[in-house]
Amino acid sequence: MSTQPPQQEHEESPADSVDETESTPPAQQRREDAKADKRGRDAQRQAEDDAAAKRDEPTRHIKVFRYDPEIEGKQEPRFDDFHVPFTKGMTVLDALIYARDEYDPSLTFRHSCRQAVCGSDAFFVNGEQRLGCQTQLSDLNEPVRIEPLPHQEVVKDLVVDMDHFYEEMEAVDPYFDPDETPDGELAEQRQSRANREKIKMSTRCIWCGACFSSCNIAAGDNQYLGPAALNKAYRFAMDEREGEAKTQDRLETIEQEHGVWRCQTQFSCTNVCPKDIPLTEHIQELKREAVKKNLKFW
Amino acid sequence: MSQSYNRGLIEDFGRWREFSAGMWAWIFHKFTGWVLVGYLFTHIAVLSTAIPASSQDAAVLAANEDIYTTTIVALESLLVVRILEVGLLAVAVFHILNGLRLLFVDLGIGLESQDKSFYASLILTGAITVASVPTFIAGAF
Repeated sequence: MSTQPPQQEHEESPADSVDETESTPPAQQRREDAKADKRGRDAQRQAEDDAAAKRDEPTRHIKVFRYDPEIEGKQEPRFDDFHVPFTKGMTVLDALIYARDEYDPSLTFRHSCRQAVCGSDAFFVNGEQRLGCQTQLSDLNEPVRIEPLPHQEVVKDLVVDMDHFYEEMEAVDPYFDPDETPDGELAEQRQSRANREKIKMSTRCIWCGACFSSCNIAAGDNQYLGPAALNKAYRFAMDEREGEAKTQDRLETIEQEHGVWRCQTQFSCTNVCPKDIPLTEHIQELKREAVKKNLKFW
Repeated sequence: MSQSYNRGLIEDFGRWREFSAGMWAWIFHKFTGWVLVGYLFTHIAVLSTAIPASSQDAAVLAANEDIYTTTIVALESLLVVRILEVGLLAVAVFHILNGLRLLFVDLGIGLESQDKSFYASLILTGAITVASVPTFIAGAF
């Protein structure tokens, strides 16, 4: 799952590879040479960095969970140690990228935007679900343990199967669906400032799955919608522009047996959310809305 | 959930050192709840031994020698029972205080200080329990 173009690996260490690679003209030959050369250098560099760690140079020790069901020698889960040269402002994701590019190209993890927008790189770092790109190495105790998200099936190394999470997300119709649209084709559907303010935090979800992984109710009940999906339901149910009928629809979805009432207010989701969404608060408000909907005094 | 391999305690109680306030509150609330349910049944079992006391002679009752009184006195003379009573009080007080906290959580009041209210209920429970010790233990030795 490497998104790094291969030629970049050559560029990174021009000084080492100049002597061998310059003399052989065919590009194919050069690439193969560089690859073999790189393998040797990887081992050497790892040894050097280990030594550097002992010599008190600024490195950080990370322990990364490794597992690959498709390769015989890797079917037993283990932790690999990497000593990554530390630079100011280095994040967990930076360290992983360095370890993958410099030490072990088979190290597998998802990442994309590197700025906490895409939601690809949620890991279990030192016992807490965090976004790799948003977590400063300097804030963590060493050795930094990086594991795949708990309660999800591991595909390889730090990559987990997100299908179940996406299924739950889609179960609440996570899209704007108003009862009636304005007549003009391009007419705006305006929202009051107060209403926007109400749903503001809930719109920040990036589908990283950290909350879902931290929730031990979701772990025990496979059908529980989970904090992220309930937050999505909140975001649209509270949107005044959707209209009465759709809102009732949404409330019916979330008040089912495996909906809001499974929430035991452990606040795990709220604690780990990288976008600081008050998930528990939103779920509690949905609970109250569900009760109000069903309470009739007559 | 199905797993491609067994991650063992990594995903469950093996992480107890990393649990946050809300998680501890939930665990303690469950635990104290079950203890109280257990106590309730024990309590009923012990009290039901008092039923024959209602048909005993007035003279026996006046002399405090009926089956109910003797059972209670026998129990209260045991140090273990005195200590268990302190424990019962602690469990009940925590369950009450955390129950109030959960009430506020359900009403959506002060959710951002839910951890502080958990610590507050722990401290209050401790204080009340310590204060009750002289009352419960008096005369047990």
